[in-house]
Amino acid sequence: MIDIVIGILATFGALFVLFAAIGLVRMPDTYLRISVTTKAATLGVGLVLMSTMVYFSNADVTSQAFVIILFLFLTAPVSAHLIGRASYFIGVKLWDKSVMDELRGKYQKNTHILKSIVDDTPEDNVDHTKMEDK
Amino acid sequence: MTLFEYLHYIILPVLVISAVLILWRFIKGPSIADKIVALDLLITTGIGVIAVYSIIYDHSTLMDTALILALIAFLSTVALSYYLEKRKRK
Repeated sequence: MIDIVIGILATFGALFVLFAAIGLVRMPDTYLRISVTTKAATLGVGLVLMSTMVYFSNADVTSQAFVIILFLFLTAPVSAHLIGRASYFIGVKLWDKSVMDELRGKYQKNTHILKSIVDDTPEDNVDHTKMEDK
Repeated sequence: MTLFEYLHYIILPVLVISAVLILWRFIKGPSIADKIVALDLLITTGIGVIAVYSIIYDHSTLMDTALILALIAFLSTVALSYYLEKRKRK
């Protein structure tokens, strides 16, 4: 009975990791790939770690796997935001079929400050339509 | 089919196939940000492989390695994106 529970948890975990890998290959631009990586892979690895929790079922492994899951769930959004912000600054283009770019002209190139409106200093704004292809 | 055969012949190959797909994106990746994302996901998949191995070989000490790998994945992503952002600053 407990083997069935472990098998189901490991199956769903491996499937979510596989979906994340397929999404990383198939998605058209960097920002969509970051989105796939953050959500699906974190859930998949969390499920696989939960299957180890069920298999060993003692306090050592349970607390250790819980710490790993907590750490992954805390750090995945932070690292995704950092790498998305850095790739926007270095000029990685959005997908050419994207409907709109809400951040256009709102990041400042020199101070790296995010403003809520497009101000009248066009030479300092990060604008992908004026940057060369990266 | 026992649990160990199932993990060994189905779950591990699925994880390895996803690692190969991620490695393809890591090699091909048009921008350097794609490579950093692929590296992060590769280490995260490695945590899953280590967890499955710790069930197959009944060694709970392998989970220490998974914890260290999770720390290294976060640290490397933060450091690489920090320097990527700083490189363009005047």
